[in-house]
Formats: sequence, structure tokens, C-alpha cells
Amino acid sequence: MEKKVRVLVAKVGLDGHDRGAKVVARFLRDAGFEVIYTGLHRTPQEVAMAAVQEDVDVIGISLHSGAHMTLVPKVLNFIREYGGDPDEMVVLVGGIVPEDEFDGLKALGVDGIFIPGTPISEIVDFIKETVPKKKGMKVKS
Amino acid sequence: MDVDEVRKKREEWDKKCLRPFLEKSGERQEKFENLSWIEIDRIYDPSDIEHLSFTDDIGYPGDYPFTRGVYPTMYRGRLWTMRQFSGFGAAEDTNQRWKLLLKEGQTGLSTAFDFPTLMGLDSDDPLSDGEVGKVGVAIDTLKDFQILFDGIPLDKVSTSFTINPPAAIILAMYTAIGDAQGVPRDQLRGTIQNDMLKEFHAQNTLVLPPEPSVKVITDIFEWGVENVPKFNLISISGYHIREAGSTAVQELAFTIADGMAYVEAAIERGIDIDKLAPQLSFFFNSHNDFFEEIAKFRAARRMWAKIMRDEYGAKDPRSWWLKFHTQTAGCSLTAQQPLNNIVRTTIQAMAAVLGGTQSLHTNSFDEAWALPSEEAVRVALRTQQIIAYESGIPSTIDPLGGSYYVEWLTDKVEKLAWDYIERIRKMGEGSMLRGVFAGIENGFFVKEITNAAARFQREVEEGKRTIVGVNKFTIEEQLKIPILKVDPEVQRRQIERLKKVKAERDNVAVKEALDWLRSAAENDENVMRPILEAVKAYASVGEIMGVLKSVYGTYKKPIII
Repeated sequence: MEKKVRVLVAKVGLDGHDRGAKVVARFLRDAGFEVIYTGLHRTPQEVAMAAVQEDVDVIGISLHSGAHMTLVPKVLNFIREYGGDPDEMVVLVGGIVPEDEFDGLKALGVDGIFIPGTPISEIVDFIKETVPKKKGMKVKS
Repeated sequence: MDVDEVRKKREEWDKKCLRPFLEKSGERQEKFENLSWIEIDRIYDPSDIEHLSFTDDIGYPGDYPFTRGVYPTMYRGRLWTMRQFSGFGAAEDTNQRWKLLLKEGQTGLSTAFDFPTLMGLDSDDPLSDGEVGKVGVAIDTLKDFQILFDGIPLDKVSTSFTINPPAAIILAMYTAIGDAQGVPRDQLRGTIQNDMLKEFHAQNTLVLPPEPSVKVITDIFEWGVENVPKFNLISISGYHIREAGSTAVQELAFTIADGMAYVEAAIERGIDIDKLAPQLSFFFNSHNDFFEEIAKFRAARRMWAKIMRDEYGAKDPRSWWLKFHTQTAGCSLTAQQPLNNIVRTTIQAMAAVLGGTQSLHTNSFDEAWALPSEEAVRVALRTQQIIAYESGIPSTIDPLGGSYYVEWLTDKVEKLAWDYIERIRKMGEGSMLRGVFAGIENGFFVKEITNAAARFQREVEEGKRTIVGVNKFTIEEQLKIPILKVDPEVQRRQIERLKKVKAERDNVAVKEALDWLRSAAENDENVMRPILEAVKAYASVGEIMGVLKSVYGTYKKPIII
């Protein structure tokens, strides 16, 4: 069955850089996904709760604070705690992430990492490709 | 020059020279637009600036309307201050980096704080977990500030602080350090950013609601003109508005509008405008579009001079000066082929110097990846030094003044910025202060900026805008740039230090100072003196902000995509 892919775009932690998150959210919406944007300065608990309650297929976490190695695992653990399963979601991280930390994030269960300058079409394609693999869901294109 | 003759010559050139050439070989694009989507003509000549008067609109540096610079000798007298923004880890780490920068020839300091400090939270706050010391230095109490300024004489080096909601606390800490070093308060030099309005528009370091935020800023003005008369009490910032995706015109317009709002708040408070004006400073972005940036800086000076003299009636010519710091555009840096960023930064830095900046931060080439490494910071500083000492650019003042294109563009940018200012004034029914509050409330600023950001991104996606190394001239690359890592132990050590300070301080004095602060805030009195008292008693940033939050409330930004 075909349904719209639901994406949560999340800002977690204290950093206020929301240009990337907002532009990505807008473009994903234009690409036909159902997009929920958390707004700024969310705690890991708030983001996890939103992901579970909204039953999203994709969670995209935006950080420009360098705190990803602390905050991303917290979000994923809280999703589990609230009865969700991050392994069944496509987990994306966007923002300033040094390349030598990509493996660490992937080991935590992050599927895709997108650094500044990534064409948004690349993110759209990644979602279209990865959601069916992870969720067995057909994606409208 | 007879403009009619110019027109005749232009027509002749058009017919005999240009058209036949165009018929054989066309141009690369049908239309050329700059980064603000202003259409740029093929060529400019005296007829394009015929409406401008040399004496009234251009003139000489150090003289109204200051289009060509605020000082009569500009860089022939003194070069701009080379001020690299830096800070990470604990106070010791930043103190060490600062000493290195001073040894390398940097002439002023500029402090980057970590996110907890920027938001007015202590390192042991649950919300601070993972963020302590990450993007800047962690400051909890005066103890950290003492370590930060160890061996740095406040009467010789000026320091800039990128701090907003807790700006009063940081100014109080700096004053306390100066007091301890025996530097008279009227000799303290430096800058606090202290510009909350742009936080609501763009940068989002949000704690108190808009009106109390401006109240506290006005308190700082009122205290500052009497106590620290050489200190810049605000850095009215377009930088972050631009980084959030605005055009150059929006950056200029919104910054000037915010500046007007602050001046109106000060006037309402009864502060003498000629006393305050020399303590106002500005902060702009320098982006990729070389001539537009130069035009923006020149237009900014001209607009501010008109505003201060004609609208607010400032009498002292020094009150008409728009002095500004510039930072090259962080958002223009690419993660791909990072060495290309050195070239981008050089062009942007040249625009800042040709635009007459008073101080400059050049970004490091690795900053799309992480905080800059020492090597990258050195190259960034050397970029400024090469412009200063090798390029010859500083030898004459405003070398592009009189260029038909630059004068036309300066005027165009100014006109477009005035249009925005009039829209904002209308929202405030004649008051810029109310207009800016209204624009925050109704989402005007955020929508304008976000739309520009999205429009730009769409053009990049469509290939209409080229970003070298990103959507054109790309390569497969294996990155080998060394990345600065912040010691993960910083958070633990910082929390321990805070605990120790709290155990050793006089907690009765802390309580008394915080009670005084609460009562001042509740009774609409100036909060600076109680904050200074609290800081000296080693009250923490989080404790002081906590009092202000409990009296003034907090702000949650509406979600606008």
C-alpha cells in the first residue's frame, strides 16, 4: 500500500541555527513528503516523543553544536523508552559533523549524514531509496 | 562632465560597437543578478549616477555623510583591528589560544562562548549535557573569567564578547576583572554584542521575551554611558541575519531598523543620545558578491549618519559615525574542497577593507567541519595581514569611490533598504521600536529571511547559482584536514569547578545580591548594579539569568517554516 512518507525534522539541544533545518523541511514537503518540524531548542525527550506520537518513517536531526555524539544517542534511547523502534525508522543527521565521527554515528544506527552544502535532492533521493528498504514501504515519486 | 554628451556617446557606442558584437556573439546569460537579486547592467557610466551629488552623497572621509569612511585618514592612520573570534573548552584552553593569537600579531580578542553560556545556563544544567565547551568557552562564574584573562592586561587589549541574553552578566564580569587588575573603568575597552533583536529575527539565542530583553539592554546603556564610557555597549548585528539566509539588502535594512529601535528605547529612557552614540557599534557579514558588499558598507554609513543627525537630532558629529566589525560569511564556506574557502574568505575580506571596516574576523577554511585548527586560524589571520601589508589596498581611502558601478549600487542598496525601513516604521505606526516588535510578533522578519534562504537554495539545486566544488567542478575526495577536538573531559571538570566555587563562596552575599536583583527587576529599576554585585559574589550565570527569567518570563519562538 502506498502512503505518504512521514518525516520529522528536529532541532535538538541549544543551538539556534535553523536555516538548514527549515530549508530542508520546506524542500522535503515540496518533494511530497509529510513533514513535521519540531521548532527550536528541543530536548531529546521532546524530539523522541514527537517521533513516537507522530509515528514517523524518517527522523532528521539537525545540529550545528558539535553535541551530536551526546544528543543523537539520547534521542534514539528515548524513542525506545517511549515504545518506538528507531531501527524501523530512517535516521538522518544533518549539520556540522566531522568526517571521522561518521562511523560513530552510523554505529548508533544513523542511516545517513548530510553535511553543509549537500544538495537537498540528495536527501530526497536517499529517503526514497532507504525507506522502502527499511520499512518495506513503497514511496511515491 | 556633461551628461548629455555621455548619453550621446552611449547611444553611439550601443549602435556602432555593442549591437553588432552582440549579434555575432551573445552574452553568457540573458540577465545578470547579484546575490540580492538586483539586476546588474552591462556597464555603468556617469548618466547612472547623475542624480547623486559628490558633495552631499559621496564627499570625503571623516565628514558627513561618511560614505567614504568615518576617519579622515582611515587605514593610512591605523589599520583595522584584526580580531579573530575564538574560544573553546574551559577557560584555560581559550586563554592559551588567545595568547597564541596575540603572539601571532592579532590586535584584539574576541570571545566565543559555548551554547550553555550563550543561553544563560550553567554547565551542570541538564540542558547543557554534551554542549559544555563545545563551540566556545564555558563560563559559569567570575572564577572562569579570572582564568580566561590570566596574563591579559585589560588596559592594553580590547576584547569583544559575542553574548546576548547574558550580556549584562558578562559586562559585569569584565568590569570586575578590570577592577581587580586596577584598570580604571573609564579605560576599559571592548564590545558586548548585546543585540537581542537580531536573535528574534535570526540567531535564536532566545531567553527573555522581546520587550524585557530591550529593557535590560537599555539598562546596560544607562549604566554603561556613566561607568564604562569607552566600551561598546552593543554590536548591532546583521551578520546573523545574513547567515540565516537574508539578502544583503535585508541584512542592511533590518540591522539599521534594529539600531533605530535601540536608539528610540534609549531616548524614551532619557539617555543623552550624544553620550550613547559613540558606544554603539555595528557588525556586518561580508559575503561573496564583492561589489554588493562594498556598496552595503558604504550605504550603511550614509544611512546611519542621516538617521542620527536628521531623525534623532544627535549634535556631535561622532554620534553620526557608523563603526563596524565585519566577519566573512560562514555560510559561504563549503565542506567540499575546503582549501577553496581560503579564496572565498580573501575576496570577502577585501570587500570588508574596501568597505572601510574598523575590525575584521576572517573565517578559517575548515569551519564547515568543526571549530578551526591552529593551522587554519593562522592562514585566516595571515589573509588579513597580506591584505594589510602586501596588497597596497590600505594606502588610499575608499579607492572604489567614484566608480560608476559602485556609486550606483551603493545608492540602489540604500534605496531598497529605506523601503524596508519605511515598511517597518509603518508596522509601528511611526515608531521603529514598536515596528520592530510588531515584525517579531507577526513573523515579518523570519518570513522575509526564510523566503530568501529558500529561494537561494532552489537556485543552487537548479544549477542557476554555481557553488564551486559543490554543484560544479566537484571531485571525489578523501579529506585530510586536521580537526580540532574538544576534550570530552571539559564538561566534568567544569561542573567540578562550579561545585567548588559554590562551596567556597559566601552564600549569604550571593543570596543578598540575587534578592536585590529580583527586587530591581520587579520594580522596573536598572539591573546592572545588582548584577555586578552578584557577579562579584561569585553568583553563577545560571543563577543570575534564573532570577531574570522568573521575573520577566521566557520566550518560545513560533514555528514558521
